Amino acid sequence: MTWIDVEIQLLAVVVAVSCALPGVFLVLRRMALMSDAISHSILLGIVLAFFVVEDITHPLLVVAAAATGVLTVGLVELLHRTRKVKEDAAIALVFPALFSIAVILISRYAGSVHLDLDAVLLGEIAFAPFRRLEVGGMDLGPRGLWLMGAILILNVLTILLFYKELKLCTFDAGLAAALGFSPVLVHYAFMTLVSGTAVGAFDSVGSILVVALMIAPPAAAYLLTDRLPHLLLLSGGIGAASAVVGFWLARGLDASIAGSMATMTGVTFLLALLFAPDRGVVAGVRRRARQRVEFAGEMLMIHVLNHEGGVRARVENREDHLQEHLRWSPDFARRVVRHAEREGLIIRTQGGELHLTPLGREFARHRMIH
Amino acid sequence: MTLGELLQLLLFDYTLRTVALGTAALGAVAGALGCFAVLRRQSLVGDAIAHAALPGIGLAFLLTGMRATPILVLGAAISGWIGTLFVLGIVRSSRIREDAALGIVLSVFFGLGLVILTFVQRRPTAAQAGLETFLFGQAATLLAGDVVLIVGVGAAALLLLALFWKEFKLLSFDPEFGASVGLPITRVDILLTSLLVVAIVIGLQAVGVVLMSALVVAPAAAARQWTDSLGIMVLLAAFLGALAGVGGAVISSLGGGIPTGPTIVLGASVLVGISLLFAPRRGMLAGLLRERSTRRRLAADAVLADLYALAAQHGETTEYGHPVAVLRAMQGRGGGVERALARLEARGLAREVGAGQWSVTEAGIERARNVFLPGGDE
Repeated sequence: MTWIDVEIQLLAVVVAVSCALPGVFLVLRRMALMSDAISHSILLGIVLAFFVVEDITHPLLVVAAAATGVLTVGLVELLHRTRKVKEDAAIALVFPALFSIAVILISRYAGSVHLDLDAVLLGEIAFAPFRRLEVGGMDLGPRGLWLMGAILILNVLTILLFYKELKLCTFDAGLAAALGFSPVLVHYAFMTLVSGTAVGAFDSVGSILVVALMIAPPAAAYLLTDRLPHLLLLSGGIGAASAVVGFWLARGLDASIAGSMATMTGVTFLLALLFAPDRGVVAGVRRRARQRVEFAGEMLMIHVLNHEGGVRARVENREDHLQEHLRWSPDFARRVVRHAEREGLIIRTQGGELHLTPLGREFARHRMIH
Repeated sequence: MTLGELLQLLLFDYTLRTVALGTAALGAVAGALGCFAVLRRQSLVGDAIAHAALPGIGLAFLLTGMRATPILVLGAAISGWIGTLFVLGIVRSSRIREDAALGIVLSVFFGLGLVILTFVQRRPTAAQAGLETFLFGQAATLLAGDVVLIVGVGAAALLLLALFWKEFKLLSFDPEFGASVGLPITRVDILLTSLLVVAIVIGLQAVGVVLMSALVVAPAAAARQWTDSLGIMVLLAAFLGALAGVGGAVISSLGGGIPTGPTIVLGASVLVGISLLFAPRRGMLAGLLRERSTRRRLAADAVLADLYALAAQHGETTEYGHPVAVLRAMQGRGGGVERALARLEARGLAREVGAGQWSVTEAGIERARNVFLPGGDE
């Protein structure tokens, strides 16, 4: 592992964590696709600011881009507010228009803008270590790492300082307004944060993959925990892990680093979706299977109780009879009886008759009443 | 270049004619099917489908080694379809909402597509050249065979749309009722989504995966402003989509290396802007005019009420004139009283009996009684 590799990974982790933190609130506020809109339209801000200052490294570009991001949010809301189009359509109308203008400007003046369309989609994280920040001839490391590091610190500080406001406005905007906080102000301040983060990350991973870094780790974490602090920590962790694994995947396959990072966030999300302890698909399937057996066990005991001591008890209270009476498959009947035996609710005699234990009888009576 | 020259080029230049026909066809299909996406609030599903198509394009090329459009389009369709299944699966099986599911699918599939494209670019064959045009679209790469494919597949999709018109309409406006009368809602939904996938993938070569969704949404959103009838909306959206397609193809073919996708999308966006502003009933201009006329009518009625009150103090006489200054004082505001009086005069409800002296007419008394007194007609 060379020093350049270390720097790229460090940048990848910082980018991923910076994106994941505001992403948590985007997912919770059901505004995930606003990140899609913002990350596309910031390109227009970058291009326009470039025409003014004619320097691709000028700080004004970052400011203009972030402003365009906030403007996009405003435009979407304005369009939605006219009630002529629904919110989803408003998003789908605003950002393609702004993005199209930017792409046309770039391709029209491709010679003078040092931004090619590949960079727009892929970012240039692999080249980040070659653009150094030098102060007075001293090398301070990659420029991108400083910018993104500053954004990460800003994100962490903002979330720590305004944790209460963000939480309240996210979960109960009405209460927030009643208590004297302005949900609109918090909303726009937060969207400014998202835009700034998207601008910083754009440089490294391009406009579309920013969305993966912002949405997939928080969504995965949302399947693992119910507590906001855990959600924030877990999202950052998942983002960082996806970034590092993505980097090595890209190294192994000799493929795009940004693309691999995005793919890895998808893989981690899929793993969480399938294997999350409580909410995962597998856990759900197993829970339903268990509940099916438990419910069938109750039916079995009520059935046995019903025929206990009756004339037909010898015929009815047998495992093989259940197939006929309750329409269970032989395999399922065996599983249910075994489950009830294990729980100590039922015993089987040598002749195969089923008898309730005292515990089982009490349980079945209780169940019949409730 | 003059308009005449352009038209001549469009009609007689073989390449441009081919390209324009292709973009017109894909614009029309996307516009027509986009109406349902917009009405069902699924505008961003198109975005997810288009982005999710990218890995399919790359894989289709890697597996077959051929750059033939039908193969790539098939790959795109399969992968776009899988993307929508993922969205559906995530929403159904977890507490992740649709917005996050769409965002994850579109960005992760796109990232995977970019990884696959890096493999494609490493292939030594010259055939890989131009697979990147699928990102932003290059209509100039459309060949006659591609256009035949677009027109053929598009026509089939539109035919299915016509055949299942009633079902799709019911699904879009009242699916619960549809289910209650025995419509297999899930199957109809799958068919409609599949048609949307088809409409998107046939446009990818010319418009690109990044912006294709806009061509699905924009013509439909524009058409929605002009009509309340689904049939007219679909026809209009198809027309507007075709218009944006031809316009974008022509402009980008003029040179300058401008990708077609953004040009077409910008054209469609302009159409949306025009529709939002100038559509007859729903347009903003119409709304402003309506609001102004309402305000003026109410202002005129207020002055009429005052004139009537003044006349009532003099035994409901129509002969005695009252100075404008008095009316102004009663209104509590300076402007607008003259205009209101002129309006009342035009309607025969008031008349100027002397210079600056106004009185209500018989018709004015009649209307004032009807409107302002309890038990009136209105």
